[in-house]
Amino acid sequence: MNNPDTSISDRVIAIIAEQAMLEPSDVTPGSTLEELGVDSLGLVESIFAIEEAFDINVPFNANAPSAGDFDISTVGAIAASVRRLIAEQS
Amino acid sequence: MKRVVITGAGTINALGQDVPSTLEAMREGRCGIGPLEFRDVERLAIRIGGQVKGYDPDAAFSRQDLALYDRFTQFAMIAAREAVAQSGLEFTEALALKTGVILGNSGGGMTTLDENYRSVYEDGKNRVHPFVVPKLMNSAATSHVSMAWGLRGPGFTVSSACASSNHAMAQAFQMVHGGLAPVMLTGGSESMLCFGGVKAWEGLRVMSRDGCRPFSLDRNGMVQGEGAGIFVFEEYGHARARGADILAEVAGYAMTSDASDIVMPSREGAARAIAGALQDALIAPDAVGYINAHGTGTSANDKIECAAVEDVFGPHAGRLMISSTKSMHGHLIGGTGAVELLACIMALRDGVIAPTINYGVPDPECALDVVPNEAREAHVEVALSNAFAFGGLNAVLALRRAG
Repeated sequence: MNNPDTSISDRVIAIIAEQAMLEPSDVTPGSTLEELGVDSLGLVESIFAIEEAFDINVPFNANAPSAGDFDISTVGAIAASVRRLIAEQS
Repeated sequence: MKRVVITGAGTINALGQDVPSTLEAMREGRCGIGPLEFRDVERLAIRIGGQVKGYDPDAAFSRQDLALYDRFTQFAMIAAREAVAQSGLEFTEALALKTGVILGNSGGGMTTLDENYRSVYEDGKNRVHPFVVPKLMNSAATSHVSMAWGLRGPGFTVSSACASSNHAMAQAFQMVHGGLAPVMLTGGSESMLCFGGVKAWEGLRVMSRDGCRPFSLDRNGMVQGEGAGIFVFEEYGHARARGADILAEVAGYAMTSDASDIVMPSREGAARAIAGALQDALIAPDAVGYINAHGTGTSANDKIECAAVEDVFGPHAGRLMISSTKSMHGHLIGGTGAVELLACIMALRDGVIAPTINYGVPDPECALDVVPNEAREAHVEVALSNAFAFGGLNAVLALRRAG
């Protein structure tokens, strides 16, 4: 079985790559959404896709995207936040 | 071109079920936003709204009417009754033939949709009430208002999301201004406060869970309201000839489109609409004393709206007053401009400026006089009402004091 951490990271990368219309190989944990060309609507759609994929609730308010404890600064940070939410909400 | 005046006003919203009670609430800076009450509300993340409470449809309408009136139509009818009564107009055959109805609405009969989807999808029923379609169509309120008074002039519903009412009132103004109708009933209504309606909004992640705080640095989103505002727009000579009480004059308007984004507002599009309304009304920018802001309480709207006001008014932006009454009644979406026009009329007629309540922390990007928390007395000659909709559809109305 895959390492669950790697699997979460890969799935987050796949979701964001789809939003950015890129190949997953073009998205790295260090990528920022801005670099990938994901705008505010793309971010809201990505959050929705993440909630559906991992069956979690992401505390995200588009009025203050950086507030709250869901870190969206990089793709890797998003994956780490997802890992934490899965642990908290399972 | 004909001058256009307002000779009647009516409303129902979270602050009150008529104009006097609504204006009293605005003067007192009362908040009409509270816990939502409807089926399945516990499945929502957003559970507050400016809901009309203590309202009994059975006291206002017959059983037959209620079979055809969605909540947004009920609200329009209640507000229209008040507006027509205040105007003192008697719709003779000749007048009724020319008088029209143009109302704003965005969502149509959301409660009707919600209840009937639930019935067929969740409860598995294979039959719905025969009047679902005429009840949910977003022109239903316009049709029922026209039928109630036999108004057979131009009639249609305008839908431009959060600017629907302002676009509708601009159209009605144009009808009277251009001599196509001596009288128009106009304004708008909305009722999206049902499970499906709020659930859809929740998805966009722009709603606040705890309150509407326009222009305040601690704002975190919009709060929905519901209700209606309806006005009688009348040709000035017609109103004068019958000795009508004139509430305010509609001096002009402008509509612009951002043509840029389906949800993000544009400073340039908003500024062009504000400046355009002043040009249309032949009003100098420094004559404007009050602006009823779009002021949704979202991060994006409030700072862009303030920047647009600064672009248009220059140094005068710091002298005029601008408040968002959405802090009290919530965002009525397609009906919002109509209810907010009441605050403009109050400013012009009563010299009372409705406050922006829940204001706590100054935002350097919204550094205007937002009339924080308490109403203020002031003499105002000209007031503007802003509406900037999702999808970049903007409409601004300019009102002048009667007299």
